Amino acid sequence: MLTLYGQELRSRLLLGTARYPSPAVLEDAVQSSGTEIVTVSLRRETAGGRQGGAFFELVRALGVHVLPNTAGCHSVSEAVLTAKMAREVFGTNWLKLEVIGHHDTLQPDVFGLVEAARILSAEGFEVFPYTTDDLVVAERLLEAGCKVLMPWCAPIGSAMGPQNIPALRAIRANFPDVPLIVDAGIGRPSHATTVMELGFDAVLLNTAVAGAARPALMASAFAQAIDAGRQAFEAGMLEPRDFAVPSTPVIGKAVFA
Amino acid sequence: MRLTVNGEDHDLAVATLAELLATLDYEGDWLATAVNGELVHRADRSDHALSDRDRIEILSPMKGG
Repeated sequence: MLTLYGQELRSRLLLGTARYPSPAVLEDAVQSSGTEIVTVSLRRETAGGRQGGAFFELVRALGVHVLPNTAGCHSVSEAVLTAKMAREVFGTNWLKLEVIGHHDTLQPDVFGLVEAARILSAEGFEVFPYTTDDLVVAERLLEAGCKVLMPWCAPIGSAMGPQNIPALRAIRANFPDVPLIVDAGIGRPSHATTVMELGFDAVLLNTAVAGAARPALMASAFAQAIDAGRQAFEAGMLEPRDFAVPSTPVIGKAVFA
Repeated sequence: MRLTVNGEDHDLAVATLAELLATLDYEGDWLATAVNGELVHRADRSDHALSDRDRIEILSPMKGG
């Protein structure tokens, strides 16, 4: 069982709510993924406030936990204010903290991220930081009060899959008791299986599901891939070796010549 | 009074943040408000007096990754 900030969860898949062709397709994908956590955002509302209201009702009807993000924030002050506004709207201390540092790669500004994480943790937020795979930054985020880490495995929406497995492995090895969620860069179910086999606790997806030709079917594929990777990790895998090892016993083999 | 609401300039005769929301036809318990970079809680909107050139942000839930 996965536990994030005291909340026990059966599913190890977190799902974003953006970029689906329609609200109905989003609902289907959430259902077939089995996810218990969806990410949401805040944006300027046009006069009347009805647009946000419709989405708010849809999310509430999904009956899952909500993880608001600070997507699009490029400074500590923007991220902190957006976090406070998200808490006001969604009534949760959970926060996916994003402080973006680079326009093209959407790489986190890890310096701002650590600073914002410290401020928000002190104000009672339970921060899920979207970070890089840098081990030292991971350590600083934990010192700042984070009890969950969400390293990328490749840039957001790139579908490249894990680009630096040794770095992911190092984070896992150094923080064996911290829930680790791979956020961003997953493109295929096999990518998700790979990071789960490394011992990561969960995977956060959006584009890989929303951008599939059949999002609900892909959500189901990912759910199974994540479970398979987790089970393999718990079962204990063989290390690769250079020479063949006969699987059939050699003793008692007939000699014909 | 000149106010900037979600980046757009308005010239409005309103005294409080709650009045501003009503005048611009914002309603719903899913809205979050900030004035000059500080959160103003829902419960405090009717007491929050606005001043000339205040910058107001009105946000609501959106899809996100």
